[in-house]
Amino acid sequence: MRSLVLKLGFLLVLLLLPIALQLFGNAWVRIADMALLYTLLAIGLNIVVGYAGLLDLGYVAFFAIGAYLYAILCSPQLSNNFEFIASIFPSGLHLPIYFVLPLCALLAGLFGLILGAPTLRLRGDYLAIVTLGFGEIIRVFLNNLDRPINITNGPKGIGEIDSITLYGVSLSKKMDLGFMQISSVTLYYYLFISLVALSILICTRLEHSRIGRAWMAIREDEIAAKAMGINTRNLKLTAFGMGATFGGVSGAMFAAFQGFVSPESFSLMESVMIVAMVVLGGIGYLPGVVLGALLLSALPEVLRYVAGPLQEMTGGRLDAAILRQLLIATAMISVMLLKPSGLWTAPTKIRSQS
Amino acid sequence: MDTLFQQIINGLVLGSMYALVALGYTMVYGIINLINFAHGEILMVAAMVSWSIIGCLTELTPTAPKWLVLLLSLLCAALVCSILNYWIEKIAYKPLRSAPKLAPLITAIGVSTLLQSLAMIIWKPNYKPYPTMLANSPIDVGYTGVVHAVITATQLMILGVTAACLVCLVILVHHTRLGRAMRATAENPRVASMMGVKPDQVISATFVIGAVLASIAGVMWASNYGTIQHTMGFLPGLKAFTAAVFGGIGNLQGAVLGAVLLGLIESIGSGYIGDLTHGVLGSQYADIFAFIVLIGVLTLRPSGLLGEQTSQRS
Repeated sequence: MRSLVLKLGFLLVLLLLPIALQLFGNAWVRIADMALLYTLLAIGLNIVVGYAGLLDLGYVAFFAIGAYLYAILCSPQLSNNFEFIASIFPSGLHLPIYFVLPLCALLAGLFGLILGAPTLRLRGDYLAIVTLGFGEIIRVFLNNLDRPINITNGPKGIGEIDSITLYGVSLSKKMDLGFMQISSVTLYYYLFISLVALSILICTRLEHSRIGRAWMAIREDEIAAKAMGINTRNLKLTAFGMGATFGGVSGAMFAAFQGFVSPESFSLMESVMIVAMVVLGGIGYLPGVVLGALLLSALPEVLRYVAGPLQEMTGGRLDAAILRQLLIATAMISVMLLKPSGLWTAPTKIRSQS
Repeated sequence: MDTLFQQIINGLVLGSMYALVALGYTMVYGIINLINFAHGEILMVAAMVSWSIIGCLTELTPTAPKWLVLLLSLLCAALVCSILNYWIEKIAYKPLRSAPKLAPLITAIGVSTLLQSLAMIIWKPNYKPYPTMLANSPIDVGYTGVVHAVITATQLMILGVTAACLVCLVILVHHTRLGRAMRATAENPRVASMMGVKPDQVISATFVIGAVLASIAGVMWASNYGTIQHTMGFLPGLKAFTAAVFGGIGNLQGAVLGAVLLGLIESIGSGYIGDLTHGVLGSQYADIFAFIVLIGVLTLRPSGLLGEQTSQRS
């Protein structure tokens, strides 16, 4: 009974949070939205790094693929550059979200498999380097695919991306409930939090399923897992594909939320940060991962407000972006040295102690 | 034909810089099975330190010969980087030597990010012009009438210095006590320590040697390209690692061979990709050659061209 009350209270807090944050201004709700997006990414990466134990340093590539696919299919980008598309869709392609979102998930998942297939025989640390290279290749392509045919618009990025419309309700406009108005950022907050809840549900179910247990067996000892009859190759591919799917969905959400995508948002630093979130919170343990994601995404934004005086003190050398990077780096090193299994770890010993 | 010859020279220069960095990766990997992600950042720190020293020296003694200033700045950079790499190993990698493999890899990424952000704070994040310290007029090295290509004094220096470093390293590894201890530790650290080798000292020495080589590469990289920035270490680091894997990780000769081949592939590839694809892909895609080589090598021949020489303890 008490735990039920606690749970309901927690739910109520989560639902009322954006309305409370709204009192301080839209910027704070935006911070919460971005934190939720990062949580979604971290949950996805946790499948690859946490469950299957494969270090993926190019995860942001799948995020980028999702974001760009959404951007291309839901903006005037293609109509601006291709005559024949402009003749059919004079105001630009604006495909419905129900069609685009599965497509983003599918394409990202497909890329996950394409990356995974040749590399899964590799030892863990080689895999890290190859995925890192893959992330860079995707970024090079995003930066340069503006000629000879303009697909990604190069370093300038794609703008005027549609926001999400669900059941005829556009999330970009205020919703009037009669007694109160819900702003656009708050609507996005509700969308993102339901996605996070859904992915947590999927992941907990996965964790206790046959697949999830097989992943953990592979993580602990691949040779032993193989000896037990686990098809390690297929399962690793599944992990890669599933992780990438999550990345693709969050990418589409990111594009719709921001209304603008450019290669700058998908740098290696982002990949490192998502890995840091998973690692800091607790590799392979969902509450820990969520905690890590919320900490590392929200804290630097809050620091932005104290960074102002610090910046003046150091003559402009220490701005918010650098401070954020510094924080992430020291967090990664010190957590690994002091508490190698993360801040919030599973109560039962499901992790290797070797 | 002229283009080919010129691209071969450029490729050799590029490859020899990769080689110096790749040696650091391959030695560390050979001994403790760790990809030292922060190795590329050592190159960056060396370039930054030498830039500051050159700035100070030219202000203090404007009449000093430029090659001497460059040499002094290189020495300072090598010293700073050696101390830095020594402490990085002691603080970030040593406590995790028996931890799961993911742990030191993650601290290495952390160290790399930390060095980048510290460099941003100390030297500011803008691009800085690196002064030309050697005569920059191109020297003609073509056979008259047949082919024609040019090379700069800086590029000649890079080739010479790399060759000298390689000779020194070969002597060190194969003909000194330390070298024998290093080879023994790479083979089997437990047995080596029974024979009176102190693995901790050997590992520290390896990191210091790697740092010296990387700082030489850093100073030369900066003099060759003329600009430095806090992110400059990332790509050379990644490509040097590719080179080390290409040649067979843990294998010193392999690292050099892999680096030179990678340099050639990259410069010849970027020279011809525009013609081959009729302008669809341009030289801006040069950076992806390394990754394609990496993925190709790892899938087709994971032990590299000359085979791995690492201890198998995982």
